[in-house]
Amino acid sequence: MWTRFRSSGALRSLATWDAAIIAATVLFLLIAAQSVEHFGTARNAGHLVIDLAPVLLLALVMTLIVMTGEIDLSVASTVGLTSAAMGVMWNAGVSLETIMPLAVLLGAVLGAVNGLFITGFGLPSLAVTIGTLALYRGLSYVLLGDTAVADWPRNFTGWTLGTIGESGIPNLLIPMAILAAAFAVLLHATTWGRSIYAAGANPIAAAYSGVAVRRLKFWLYVGSGAMAGLVGVLWTLRYSSARADNAYGLELTVVAVVLLGGVSIFGGKGALPGVLAAVVLLTAVQNALRLAHVSTEALTVVTGSLLIVAVLAPNLISSAGEALRARRRRTA
Amino acid sequence: MAVESDPPPPQPHPVIALTGVAKSFGAVRALVDAGLELHSGEAHALVGENGAGKSTLIKILAGLYRPDAGHIEMDGEAVAFTGAADALAAGIAVIYQEPALFGDLTVAENLFVGRQPRGRLGRIDRAEMRRRAAALFERLGVALDPDRPAKGLSIADQQLVEIAKAISLQARVLVMDEPTAALSGREVERLFGAVDALRRKGTAILFISHRLEEVHALCQRVTVMRDGRRVSTDPIEAVTTDELVRRMVGRDLSAMYPHRETEPGDVVLRVEGLSRTGLCRDIDFTVRAGEIVALAGLVGAGRTETVQAVFGIEARDAGRVSIDGRELRSGDPRAAMRAGVALVPEDRRQQGLLLDLSILRNATLTRRHRLSRLGFLTGGAERREAAEWTGRLHAKYGRLTDPVGTLSGGNQQKVVLAKWLATGPKLLIVDEPTRGIDIGTKAEVHRLLSDLAADGVAVLMVSSELPEVLGMADRVLVMREGRLVGELARPAATEEAFMRLASGQEHIGEVRS
Amino acid sequence: MTTVADAPDQTPSAGTGSTALDLILRFRALGLLLALAALIVITASVNPRFLGAQSIRDLLFAAAVTVLLAAGMTVVVLTRGIDLSVGSTLGLSAYLTATALSSGTPVPLALLVGIGAGAACGAVNGAIVHFGKVPPLVATLGTLYVFRGIVYFTAGGSRVNASDLPRGFLDFGSGAVLGVPYLFIISALVLAAVAVFLSDYRAGRDLYALGSNPEAARQTGLPAGRRLMTAYVLCGALAGLGGVLYAARFGTVDASAGYGMELNIVAAVVVGGVAIFGGSGTVLGAGLGALLLTVISNALPVLRIDQFWQQAIVGALILAAIALDRLVGLRAARALRRKASHVD
Repeated sequence: MWTRFRSSGALRSLATWDAAIIAATVLFLLIAAQSVEHFGTARNAGHLVIDLAPVLLLALVMTLIVMTGEIDLSVASTVGLTSAAMGVMWNAGVSLETIMPLAVLLGAVLGAVNGLFITGFGLPSLAVTIGTLALYRGLSYVLLGDTAVADWPRNFTGWTLGTIGESGIPNLLIPMAILAAAFAVLLHATTWGRSIYAAGANPIAAAYSGVAVRRLKFWLYVGSGAMAGLVGVLWTLRYSSARADNAYGLELTVVAVVLLGGVSIFGGKGALPGVLAAVVLLTAVQNALRLAHVSTEALTVVTGSLLIVAVLAPNLISSAGEALRARRRRTA
Repeated sequence: MAVESDPPPPQPHPVIALTGVAKSFGAVRALVDAGLELHSGEAHALVGENGAGKSTLIKILAGLYRPDAGHIEMDGEAVAFTGAADALAAGIAVIYQEPALFGDLTVAENLFVGRQPRGRLGRIDRAEMRRRAAALFERLGVALDPDRPAKGLSIADQQLVEIAKAISLQARVLVMDEPTAALSGREVERLFGAVDALRRKGTAILFISHRLEEVHALCQRVTVMRDGRRVSTDPIEAVTTDELVRRMVGRDLSAMYPHRETEPGDVVLRVEGLSRTGLCRDIDFTVRAGEIVALAGLVGAGRTETVQAVFGIEARDAGRVSIDGRELRSGDPRAAMRAGVALVPEDRRQQGLLLDLSILRNATLTRRHRLSRLGFLTGGAERREAAEWTGRLHAKYGRLTDPVGTLSGGNQQKVVLAKWLATGPKLLIVDEPTRGIDIGTKAEVHRLLSDLAADGVAVLMVSSELPEVLGMADRVLVMREGRLVGELARPAATEEAFMRLASGQEHIGEVRS
Repeated sequence: MTTVADAPDQTPSAGTGSTALDLILRFRALGLLLALAALIVITASVNPRFLGAQSIRDLLFAAAVTVLLAAGMTVVVLTRGIDLSVGSTLGLSAYLTATALSSGTPVPLALLVGIGAGAACGAVNGAIVHFGKVPPLVATLGTLYVFRGIVYFTAGGSRVNASDLPRGFLDFGSGAVLGVPYLFIISALVLAAVAVFLSDYRAGRDLYALGSNPEAARQTGLPAGRRLMTAYVLCGALAGLGGVLYAARFGTVDASAGYGMELNIVAAVVVGGVAIFGGSGTVLGAGLGALLLTVISNALPVLRIDQFWQQAIVGALILAAIALDRLVGLRAARALRRKASHVD
């Protein structure tokens, strides 16, 4: 669908993109720790980890989806809808132990709806998920209106913000690290990962080689929904608030980090380490700006610009390289 | 029309002349020292193996690429094209192998896009546009409705639209890149008729084709290219087909079709009553171990559609497909693969390969489950497997990690064959196995298929090249309009017998294949 | 596809083909009109005041901006693009126009400021898409946030109040002739102009060609870059004009003007039968789609449906519209296959 924008030069330069983004992240962390007050403290590092959890978790599945050449713009709305549904269930007196798996299940169902429209009816994922972005967000408003459910049990909300004993390591860090590692192995060292790359590079040829492309994509959307459900639980407990507008606009950040991490919007190219670095980079930039008292609205400029630059930069680099080579040939 | 039969007197300058043209893409030198002169009223053939640089040369003529070195002259004056619009304005029209029309626009608008006749206030005069389009089609003698959308036109009709467009542009140079690849004999004749009429009116024609008999039928002069250089330019009578082939390949060619003596074994594939709505119907046949069976017919006869249903990449609407007596589930290529079926598809770039991914990933894609342990893959086994099979097929490449899209057509086809041979198939289906690959590789592929059959593999081949079908197959199954209309065993399989069945006509005069 | 070795020449099966296509297209406009009529009849039967002069005027006021932006969006979507930044562009233009007016700039100049700001935003989008080769979705998703951020930067927490704006400007914004607001008349005229541009001018037809087959457009030597820029600049300029109308209608403008509007516009265009991947659709259909969405949102309170349902309905409509398009396309393809085949 994006063939008009495909350029082999851009794809070639992505091989080094991973390394560049990791280097940029490290560099930024070092500079910010020096120049931004409170940035380098252990306390702030803990906050940073908690802050980046939702984006990281959503980006793990989004990476796989973008890798197959598709997109899911409805993730943030799915987070919102599961959060709203949690609020309704809590108000109805359902126990939190029951609510949490149900929320993940609801997310999976919402993802399956996307998957059905995209793989079952063969509709473009962009259009479908713009539709469900509006639909799911709308339904969360239908459920909760503009009210909030805030009386969540302390022991749960506390855990999301807490640390392991006195170590200062956030409780969330370990499960996040395990999940990230699991997705990296899944993508880079399993037959399933090979299928994902193949389906993204050329879905027709992949199907001819025995990859069940549609089934693969369907389950990725189910996974994306389930992960959004999990993030819905996390978000609700972390902010101790179920609201219809939870995670509003977060899809932009998620897509931005995936592209910034070097995954090609055309599919078939990219790697998870770059995405993980991009998550850290973007969250750290936002965190540093906030510490430097830059307004929240201005942060959207940063996210938006990073998104554009992430896709623009490799294209510009490669076309500049091409022009240089052409000139060298002509003078030679 | 006697006036038209005489070509105009020779001009002092060629209409267009290219000298010393060079063009590189990264490290690949597509053109080193190419040259070409086209004269008014003359059809000029450009032949060469794939990778010889023909397509690059065409794109330079079309203004899509800019040469790194060399000169282009029109009527003796130097010109430089900075885009397709420049070349068009200079009177150069190019018809590509797959015509690129605007499906959502009408046929008439396709003819005049960007230069529609205008009326008051600069608005498009649709009546005038329709009238002009109809006049063009009348001149070409084709009955196409100018008002229908271009979507859904056959490739032959699309090419006629392109020719009508070239006429309306009053093109001085018409470049045609393998226009006959997808046409039936009748359609080729109609196309040649239209082209010849243009030539007689003074247009210079550049005709690119792999079918050398067509070159002899249509052209007056022929240029051979090899490795980005011009090898020779001669009047067509001065060179034989064999000589052309020798110059294209750069060496003498031993027999294209290896001789085989095999005793077919047990039935491997049995197809009964196979049907796909609107595509093929009631197909029955078998293929035995050690046998090469060709599924032949004109383009559009339903051959590819049939093998797609056998492999399961498309579901069948009725009928049975069984391997070694066990029925295959409809629409499930994975089941077919498990049963030992391999399909080398028709369109290498779209269906066969992941062009942006490495040779390694491509060559091992079909084997990923067997190379893994509990679903986990280690790089070593994949590398060994890929190196082994690409080596056996003599594929030429730099590193296994290079994108497969950087290889030449012939080497790409070897990677496709490698990935399927690695699965150790019982039944190998090859759809147009030698389309668009050079003659040297072609002979290699033929030998390979022959060796596989000798080893007891059942081979089912679809091919539009009649010499290949007749030279390779033990039996030829002929399809027409979605049905199996006959079977020719080796001694009885002749060109005439095939054409009679394939076109459904009792009396065939001289029909080109 | 066709196997006519024995048929003398292709018989022009074409006539039927184009009428079938016409029917589908007309069916879409017809279907929209029917849906509109049904919705209006049902709502009016619940509350006859829905058809009152005041209610209709409110409706047309609300529709004016949506119709305008839908026309601009159509132009971009035809080229296989999308412009998600229209809401932010409108916000920027509305704020700049209102600020200019409140500081005493004459109305015609302020109008130019608004449209110019929109066109500049469009030019940025076009440049990123064309020169930067960034997919339109990504580019405009980014500028959606960048443009909005710029409004927040310039506006801060401040806003322009109606009392700061010239009387004449506000009167025009709330004025009507024969019950039809001036604003809606402007939108309708612009829509008609865009419709004529798209159907009767070479540049307009080039946009269809670009969306239909970009590779062929390149080979034909169509000025793809210039046309793409035209499309994005036009879309931006119309969003800019939308911002001026927004300021005229509401008088009070803050940094959040037009927030989240892009979804409604995309919905209007898709519901109006413009193919999301380019090449087909009309600006008239998009206008009808915009009208339908506006009627729905105005009918909700009358039908005593919670206003919170609105966004959900927009989402459901997008899904329904693309699913319907797909269905129609599949049926047409199947019909073509049956007709072209020689197997009965």
